[in-house]
Amino acid sequence: MSNESKYSHHAHILPLKLYLLIGGGLIFLTLVTVAVAQVHLGPFNLVVALLIAVLKASLVGLFFMHMFWDNKLYALFFTAGIAFLGLFITITMFDTMRRGDIYQEVGQPIKPDAVTYKTAGQPIKETGHGEGEHKAVEGEK
Amino acid sequence: MDSAKLGMWVFLLTEILFFGGLFCAYAIYRAWHPEMFHQAHKALDWRLGGLNTIVLITSSVTMALSIRAFQLNQQKQGIGLLVATWLCAATFMVVKYFEYAHKFHVGQLPGKFYTYTGIEGSNPHIFFSIYFMMTGLHGIHVLVGMGVIAWLIVKARRGRFGPDYYTPVEVTGLYWHLVDMVWIFLFPLFYLIG
Repeated sequence: MSNESKYSHHAHILPLKLYLLIGGGLIFLTLVTVAVAQVHLGPFNLVVALLIAVLKASLVGLFFMHMFWDNKLYALFFTAGIAFLGLFITITMFDTMRRGDIYQEVGQPIKPDAVTYKTAGQPIKETGHGEGEHKAVEGEK
Repeated sequence: MDSAKLGMWVFLLTEILFFGGLFCAYAIYRAWHPEMFHQAHKALDWRLGGLNTIVLITSSVTMALSIRAFQLNQQKQGIGLLVATWLCAATFMVVKYFEYAHKFHVGQLPGKFYTYTGIEGSNPHIFFSIYFMMTGLHGIHVLVGMGVIAWLIVKARRGRFGPDYYTPVEVTGLYWHLVDMVWIFLFPLFYLIG
């Protein structure tokens, strides 16, 4: 990956052609992602769009941000951020999409009168439709 | 190892997590309302989004080339490329202004301000809440970038940057590329929902 001391020097100056090539590649990939979006692939549309976006972001990071040549500690910080973001989104999605799998009632829409949302020990009051539901939804979050 | 650069990378890490909360919100609501997201995304013009993508990519190229110019002691080119970057950023914001102005006009606004009636599906206001929060936060980043680049232009015109010292240009470049990266994800996620 690293090309000995030639590229580890602080001021590695990249050829102009490389920047223009990467810029051209990014614009080409933008056109590809627009073209692919016109084809109906079902859920794979999102997968393809994200893969192209990751590829584009990688080109920007590796070449424009010099991650490819610079000290790998910079890249480590960056990838650590991405990794924790991935963890954050993945675990949240497991929660939000799988609530109904274990307990049937958790998968149901929130009921305003549900005991769960009342303060413990307090008598359950009558709540009307609409307004009470909003409060219950807010109380959950 | 350059401490200024390391500091900027740490800042970029916090930026990823900053935007990350909104990306997570996007993931949750798109998973809950996939059909509504598909219907609502038609309110966005992919041609304007695509134009802005190309504008931002161009600005990333000019930003990277500006650093290269200062490394090579080409002051004039360096300043010219910074100006080009600033102009691209301004173009981005002008396009964004026209997009926002149209949505404000027809009432495609976040949450309780949503008054548009032409989108089918449940809770289309959620789409516009997330759209405005994400593109708005990104837009603020573009404006901040424009401010910093303007400051760089002033400093560069006074001859402050050259092969021995170009750290401010370099770390601003890192920030600017991250702003570009965020848009690279926002474009397909909002304008190209298949």
